[in-house]
Amino acid sequence: MDVNFIQNYYPLYVEAAKMTITISFIGIVLSLVIGLICSMIKALKIPVLGKVVNIYIEVSRNTPLLIQLFFLYFGLPKLGIVFSSETCAIIGLSFLGGSYMAEAFRTGIDNVASIQMESGLSLGFTKGQVFRHIILPQAVATSIPVLCANIIFLIKETSVFSAVALADLMFVAKDLIGIYYKTDEALFMLVLSYLAILLPVSLICTWVERRVRYAGFGNTSAVSGN
Amino acid sequence: MKKQEEILKVEHLIKSYENGKPVLNDLSFSLNKGEVVVIVGPSGCGKSTFLRCLNMLEPIDSGKIIFKDQPISRSEKNAHEIRQKIGMVFQSYELFPHKTIMGNIMMAPLKVQKRNKKEVEQAEQQLLERVGLLDKKDAYPRQLSGGQKQRVAIVRALIMNPEILLLDEITAALDPEMVREVLQVVLELAREGMTMVIVTHEMEFAKAVADRVLFLDQGVVVEESRPAEFFNHPETERAQQFLNTFHYDAIE
Amino acid sequence: MQDSGIQVLFQGTNFLRLLEGLLISLRIAVVSMGLSMVLGILLGMVMTSNNKVIRFLCRIYLEIVRIMPQLVLLFLVYFGAAKHIGMNLSGEMAAVIVFTFWGTAEMGDLVRSALISIPAHQYESGFGLGMTKLQVSCYIIIPQTVRRLLPSLINLLTRMIKTTSLVVLIGVVEVVKVGKQIIDASRYTTPTAALWVYGAIFILYFLICYPFSRISAVLEKKLKD
Repeated sequence: MDVNFIQNYYPLYVEAAKMTITISFIGIVLSLVIGLICSMIKALKIPVLGKVVNIYIEVSRNTPLLIQLFFLYFGLPKLGIVFSSETCAIIGLSFLGGSYMAEAFRTGIDNVASIQMESGLSLGFTKGQVFRHIILPQAVATSIPVLCANIIFLIKETSVFSAVALADLMFVAKDLIGIYYKTDEALFMLVLSYLAILLPVSLICTWVERRVRYAGFGNTSAVSGN
Repeated sequence: MKKQEEILKVEHLIKSYENGKPVLNDLSFSLNKGEVVVIVGPSGCGKSTFLRCLNMLEPIDSGKIIFKDQPISRSEKNAHEIRQKIGMVFQSYELFPHKTIMGNIMMAPLKVQKRNKKEVEQAEQQLLERVGLLDKKDAYPRQLSGGQKQRVAIVRALIMNPEILLLDEITAALDPEMVREVLQVVLELAREGMTMVIVTHEMEFAKAVADRVLFLDQGVVVEESRPAEFFNHPETERAQQFLNTFHYDAIE
Repeated sequence: MQDSGIQVLFQGTNFLRLLEGLLISLRIAVVSMGLSMVLGILLGMVMTSNNKVIRFLCRIYLEIVRIMPQLVLLFLVYFGAAKHIGMNLSGEMAAVIVFTFWGTAEMGDLVRSALISIPAHQYESGFGLGMTKLQVSCYIIIPQTVRRLLPSLINLLTRMIKTTSLVVLIGVVEVVKVGKQIIDASRYTTPTAALWVYGAIFILYFLICYPFSRISAVLEKKLKD
């Protein structure tokens, strides 16, 4: 292993890691927002929108992210719609993540008995208020393990963005292998970078899951491990 | 007899489920202020559905429900205003598991009625003290017994100062030794003049609490009379049969 | 111009070639899935062991799979292994290795949790009926385990099929690569080819994965009832 090489080129990885983290962060936040909105639409049984959400979830969950990206990055410009690599990456990740988060929230919502809704209504709350103050807090608590798994999954998925020329970790590694044939060093730093990003996330997730499981109101049987 | 002030009126209520079979068939009913009406009947007779219709938790096919001269419409806005005046307690308590007892009780007065926090706290303390649960105010629902949960559920409904209270088989899910502590609370409320519609299987309790008994079978009111008459001399054969199911005669 | 673009899919053998490419993707997924099931059942049984060292090693293995992107693993095997073992792995081979490595971990964890979740009285009630240990396994335990695992298995297969799209990045000639070739070949005749070809691949993947995810959802619902 060429230590000099690593010393010379690790700043590239730091830059790339920043890119990976930034895109992941924005994508995950947007995913959570999309997921929350979609699950709310489904839970409140809003007529036409509910159907649209269903179609979106099925399409997003049953197609590979890479193909979604290629379509965005190479296909759409032919219709005059041009996105930068970054925009493509964020759209792609949120499009994919939104449906995963929606499903996570939905499972949580389904676990809250429907009579809780009635109980809230009978106290004079509106449907929206019941959803916000009564259903959602319970649903989020039971969804946390799945939400955590989704976050890790989405960060992992960012590795394909190099294919649409985003200067992320994979992109740098591929470059270094291609230009200098320093396969070992490039791959070593690649693995190290992903470990540095994902290991803490994974540990935090485990910690949060455990906390939720033992939280005062938690229904322990409804929270399953990963 | 107190002066009769009609507070709730139901006219020709028809309600059926998706399979088209009517659950409530042309039911009419009226409730006076301060009156306690107990609804009894075999399971599946529609008594719970009737209660749920009164609180607009079930859509109705036709008929009218009038609360204090004001017809109740099915619109969401109207419903949530009227529901504040008609409290309901469920068989399965339905406390909110993510809130403490205090949180459960104070949520609706603060968020729906936008009442002053101090005032609500005071009211809460009084009510909890009355049902003997003041020391549990910081506990979570899962730490309480069934009977305690149900008493909290009653307090949660009472703190809204409802004009009518609907109780839907509130002791059906309880262990026998806890039934009494809950019914005691209801008896006191009745004595204080709370207007209530109660669905129950506890016949002794019904006898003690009711001003009027409604016997429901197959979606219609079969018999309507004072408790003493109903329980001692039921007029119809169906009511007789129903009451007989509560006696265990030796096999002859 | 633009409405003629879709014809690029049906010129010559283009569509057939795309389907052939897809078949290669599917072959990778199915072979890996088969291997994962066999190895995963073994791993699952090993994981129920009480030996601390074994359990620790299994944890590490699962954690690696949990946090390493599949693409990174593909690179490691394709570029790394080729160099060190001196073996010139084909891209397809590297893909099968990585997918099996991943699938075995997930499968093992599923089998483990299925095994420990069957309550002891299920065994006891079987013995109580006078069954032998083998009979209890065949008639009571295994059918329950399979029913419980089936939705997750199908789900894993769907994810593998979707992930096969990555193997184009280590040079396997599959559906995406064929798509690229078609786009390159018709660069001048049909400039909008990229739109149609990637659109078609998008739909093809959906058509394959959607039925699986429906089946998995139905099975899961059945399991709950």
